[in-house]
Amino acid sequence: MKAAPIASRIVKALAILTLVLIASIAVGLTVGAQRIDPASLFSDSFSRTLFFRLRLPRVLMGLLIGASLGVTGGALQALFRNPLADPYTLGVSGGGAVGASIAIALGWGARVFGIPLVFATSFVGAMLAVSLVRTIARTGGVVLPGALLLSGVAVNLLSAAGVLTIQYLTDPTSALRILRWMIGSLDVVGLEPIRRMLLVLAPAWLALLLFSRQLNLLAIDEDTAATLGVNIRRCEMTVHALCALIVGVTVSAGGAIGFVGLIVPHAVRLMFGEDLRIVLPGSLLLGAAFLILADALARIVLPSTELPVGAVTGLLGGPAFLWLLRRRQQYSAM
Amino acid sequence: MSFEAHNLDYAYAGGPLAVRNVSLTVPPGSMTAVIGANGSGKSTLIRVLAGLLRPSAGSILLEGVLLDDWQPRLRARQIAYVPQSTATAFPFQVMDLVLSGRTPHTLRFRFESAHDAEKAMEALETVGAAHLAGRGFTSLSGGERQMVILARALAQEPRFLLLDEPSSSLDLKHRADLIRTLTRLRDTKHLSVIMITHDLQLTGSFDQLLALRCGEVAAAGTPDEVLRDHLLREVYGDPNVRSQRMGDQTLVWVDL
Repeated sequence: MKAAPIASRIVKALAILTLVLIASIAVGLTVGAQRIDPASLFSDSFSRTLFFRLRLPRVLMGLLIGASLGVTGGALQALFRNPLADPYTLGVSGGGAVGASIAIALGWGARVFGIPLVFATSFVGAMLAVSLVRTIARTGGVVLPGALLLSGVAVNLLSAAGVLTIQYLTDPTSALRILRWMIGSLDVVGLEPIRRMLLVLAPAWLALLLFSRQLNLLAIDEDTAATLGVNIRRCEMTVHALCALIVGVTVSAGGAIGFVGLIVPHAVRLMFGEDLRIVLPGSLLLGAAFLILADALARIVLPSTELPVGAVTGLLGGPAFLWLLRRRQQYSAM
Repeated sequence: MSFEAHNLDYAYAGGPLAVRNVSLTVPPGSMTAVIGANGSGKSTLIRVLAGLLRPSAGSILLEGVLLDDWQPRLRARQIAYVPQSTATAFPFQVMDLVLSGRTPHTLRFRFESAHDAEKAMEALETVGAAHLAGRGFTSLSGGERQMVILARALAQEPRFLLLDEPSSSLDLKHRADLIRTLTRLRDTKHLSVIMITHDLQLTGSFDQLLALRCGEVAAAGTPDEVLRDHLLREVYGDPNVRSQRMGDQTLVWVDL
């Protein structure tokens, strides 16, 4: 039983997951209240507008957010050596939501150098959350798994209270905007917002993927990772910052969509093994596919209206979280 | 190729000194055992030597260069560390885990080669754990995990191997196997071993013993010099410790 060399395992896994993503994009583009026939794109200007202004941007939004949540989930699980970690459970999304609410309350449109101000504020919120959770959970060289998740819960509660307070204090229009945004949706008009997000996200994804190998060593054990040459402190800080940036941008665009970052890396692990050099890029691809499909489901599951996509991922992810928690208890005490 | 520590102090944040004025020279191709009662600073010392903790005073020289001044990757080719236990939450495959020990020998953005895979398999064979290659790490027993992590450290091909109580979860036979393996690696590959242990019986074939008491060196020397009643009584703080020479072994026990 000789294991296939890692390089060919990666190629195989990523090829399969790319096909899955392409298939899900196809489904996402077809499904909806208004079925769009590919042939009609050439003949019918209404179909064309619908497709390019609404359907395609929405699918691309699902791709960006799903990929972001998937890859950050995989990275955070490795960094904290905790299979239950993800941007949502650790409160990173919550922190980002507070930052985003502040920006929304102050006025959506502000931009600095073409980058929306809201990206910056939710990045700061997410960064504060992840640093806080880490500081609390870490004693000496050990990250306590229970303390990690509990401080994540606390940060989430704090964030929810923060968002409520901001909503209460701000004017009714902004309050309504925050409410609409918080429910979480991939609704977007036109491709311009996608381009702006991609400008920030693509480099951040790439930078995070470059840490795959170090994260792989960290996922095994922190001390031996250090003696194998990983600069723990630098790796930790960089991964924190990258995750906060990615999550901040996605939260400010699509609200706090839960559990994608939790389920997706586990699915990749179940299919292709534990190596983070597969899990991270794999979660990027599968996260995108998963959210596109979840959104397609959200659009068609009710006959008259559509569900928020966050509800669909929550309904799928919540039970998965509980199942993982139960499974984990069987072989290691929390 | 030398590894020396001079007058090391270490204190955890806000605590007293856990390691106090410890000096140690590890010649190439030698075996050093660190002994002492629980809480005497053995693990702290070995973590300081591994570069995991920065000494609050004193210096560690590897090949005449301060340990801190070594590039982490290059240092990792010299020094490997095996912790007391490894509790990874993820079911890594044993082979992948051992292969990750090759990291310091592969370029950062390259994958492990067939040569690395051979080295990893060889390391597993050396510790007698080749049959575990395809297993999930989390499904192994404590002793099996210990052997796998040791194999991972050997795949690292270090010149100095730091082991924190590697024998603690091993049965009688595997403890003996472990010492035989380390002795063989010392003699054939010139590997130097620094190992914490409570099994004084196992230290007969070691080149030097370092006994710690309250973070300080209480005794140092060859096994013959250190494994003596009066020294051990002081090291362990128990007046009933006894030792007796039998052939080329020293038996140590405590009268109950």
